Amino acid sequence: MPTREQQLAMVEELEKQIAELQSSTPPSEAAQEEIERLREQIASLRKEAPGSAHDAWERVLLARHPQRPYTLDFIHMLCTDFTEIHGDRRFADDPAMVAGLARFEGRPVVVVGHQKGRDTKQKLLRNFGMPNPEGYRKALRVMQLGAKFNLPILSLVDTPGAYPGIGAEERGQAEAIAHNLKEIPRLAVPIVVVIHGEGGSGGALAIAVGDKALMLENAIYSVISPESCSSILWRDWNHKEEAARILKLTATDLHGFGIVDEIVPEPPGGAHADPERAGALLRSAIRESLRVLGSLSTAELMERRHERLRQLATLIRET
Amino acid sequence: MTWFRKEKKPLETSPAEKRVQTEGLWTKCEGCKQILWKKDLENNLQCCPKCGFHFKMGSRARLAMLFDEGKYEEYDAGLASPDPLHFADRKTYRARLEEAQKLTGMKDALLTGRGLMAGKPIIICAMEFQFIGGSMGAVVGEKITRAIDRCIAQRLPLVIISCSGGARMMEGAISLLQLAKISAALARFDETRKPYISVLTNPTTGGTTASFAMLGDLNIAEPGALIGFAGPRVIEQTIHQKLPEGFQRSEFLLAHGMLDAIVPRKDLKSYLASTLELLGAWNSSPTRS
Ligand SMILES: [Zn+2]
Repeated sequence: MPTREQQLAMVEELEKQIAELQSSTPPSEAAQEEIERLREQIASLRKEAPGSAHDAWERVLLARHPQRPYTLDFIHMLCTDFTEIHGDRRFADDPAMVAGLARFEGRPVVVVGHQKGRDTKQKLLRNFGMPNPEGYRKALRVMQLGAKFNLPILSLVDTPGAYPGIGAEERGQAEAIAHNLKEIPRLAVPIVVVIHGEGGSGGALAIAVGDKALMLENAIYSVISPESCSSILWRDWNHKEEAARILKLTATDLHGFGIVDEIVPEPPGGAHADPERAGALLRSAIRESLRVLGSLSTAELMERRHERLRQLATLIRET
Repeated sequence: MTWFRKEKKPLETSPAEKRVQTEGLWTKCEGCKQILWKKDLENNLQCCPKCGFHFKMGSRARLAMLFDEGKYEEYDAGLASPDPLHFADRKTYRARLEEAQKLTGMKDALLTGRGLMAGKPIIICAMEFQFIGGSMGAVVGEKITRAIDRCIAQRLPLVIISCSGGARMMEGAISLLQLAKISAALARFDETRKPYISVLTNPTTGGTTASFAMLGDLNIAEPGALIGFAGPRVIEQTIHQKLPEGFQRSEFLLAHGMLDAIVPRKDLKSYLASTLELLGAWNSSPTRS
C-alpha cells in the first residue's frame, strides 16, 4: 500500500490531469467522461489516505475539543499576578475577549486573548468566544497600554470568528477589526502571537498581528470554517471534512506558507490530554521568542516587523 | 419519439433565443423595477436615469471615469495567482481563474492605475467584481500593497474603490493574511501625510471591509451600497430573525457613524479632487514633519 505522501502526490497528479482536460473549451464528451473517472479515482484515494481529509478534520475536532485548555487556562499556567482589565471605554466590556497585566517568568507583560466558556452558562456569557467590536477595541486599548509602559504583549488566539450580529454591525465590527490591523503594527514592543485553538478568520487575525506567530500542533487557522466552506461549495455541511482538507488550515500547512513561524508541540493525544504539559511546552516557546525579540533594539524590532508584514503571504507569480 | 423531439426543439428554443437577444439590450432596474435601455445606463455612469439606482461598475470604467480623459498608466497587470493551495472542489481554482481571466481580460480582481485627476497626479485602485466576486487573494493584496509603496515613494495620494465579497476562500489563510499586510502598509503610509480615500461600493463585505475599506482618512460610499463585515444571510442564520429594512446599506452606516459621507457616482470625481486638495494631497511639503 502506498504511503500517505505517495497517495497525496497521486491525487495532485490526477487533479492536474483534470485541469488540463477542462482547459480545452468546451470539453468534449469523452473528456467529460474522463474527468468523471479521474474524480472517482481521487475520491477513493482520499478515502484511503489516512492523513488527508481525515487528518485535517481530526485537527479541527482537537482544536475545538471541549476539554482543551482555553485562553484563561493558559494564562494561569503561563503567568502569575494576572490582573484583568475590563472594558473598551466606549460601549461595554466584552467577556469574549480577556485582557490584562501579568508576569511571565517574573517579567511584567500584557496579555490579551479570546475566551470561550466551558459550561452552558459560561458559553453564553463568553458568546462562544466570538467577540463583538468592544472586544477588539478593549484588546487594542490594553495592547496600547502595554506599549506605553514598555511591556511585551502576548496575544492568545482562540475563536470561531467575530460575532455576526445586528449590534456588532451597527457598532462597526469591520471597523474595529480593521483599526486593530492598522494600529497593532505601530506598537513598539515585542508582540508574540499564539494560535492555540481556533483561528477563525478576521475575528482571529484582529489580535494576531505581531513579531512572531506560534501555533499549537493541533490548532487550526482558516479564512472560513470548514462547515461554511462546505455549504458554499456543496450547499450542505456534509463535506466539512473534505473542506477542512482543501482549506489547508493545519499548523503544518500554515508553517509551510510562512504565515506561522513555529509549531509548538502538544502532548500525545492533544493539549486536553495533559494541559499542564501543553502549558509547559508553550511556556518554553514563548520564553525563547521573548528572549530573541528582547535582544533587538526598538528600531531593529520595528524594521523586522515591517519586513515580516510586508512579505507576509506573498504567494504570487509575475507573468 | 425521436421525430417528436426533433419537431419540438426549434419551438422551444426560439423564445429563449429571443429573450437572450432582448436581454442584451435591456435590463430591469433593481431600484424602480423599470425596464431600461442598456445604452442609457452606460451614458449615465451605470446609474438608473429614472431612480438613480447605482448598478455595479467595472474597474476599467471606474478608472476611465476618474482619470482625466480616461488616461492612466496601469501597474502590475501581470501579477497572477499560482494557486498556492492547489484548491479544487467540484471545479479547480485554476479553472475558475482562467474563466475569470477570459471574462475580464484581467489576471486578478484589482486594477491599479496612475494618472491625473483634475490635473493632479494620483494612484487609484479599483476592485473588479466580475473576477470571482471581487474577492481578495494574494494578488489583490500584493497589488494594493505595491500601490501604497508607490504612493509612499512618489508622495502621492491614494484612492481605493472597493467592490468585493471579502477574502478569497480558494487561497485560504493566505487570503486572510492580506488584510494584515495591507493594513500595516497603510500605517506606514500615514507617515507621509498624504491622504487615502476609501470608496465603498455595492457590495463591500467581509475581509475587505475589515481592512483597507474602513481605513481611509475618509471613508465614503455610493448610495444604497451593501456594506458590512458579516453577510446578511450569515447574520440571519445566526440570530434566527429577519433583518431590518435598509440594514447594512450606506445610509444605515452613515446614520451609525461608520461613514464620512455618501457620494453619488456623478459627483465622485469632483468630491475626491476637492477633498484631496483640502487635505493638502498635492502640497509640495507636509504641513508638519
Ligand atoms: Zn431605477
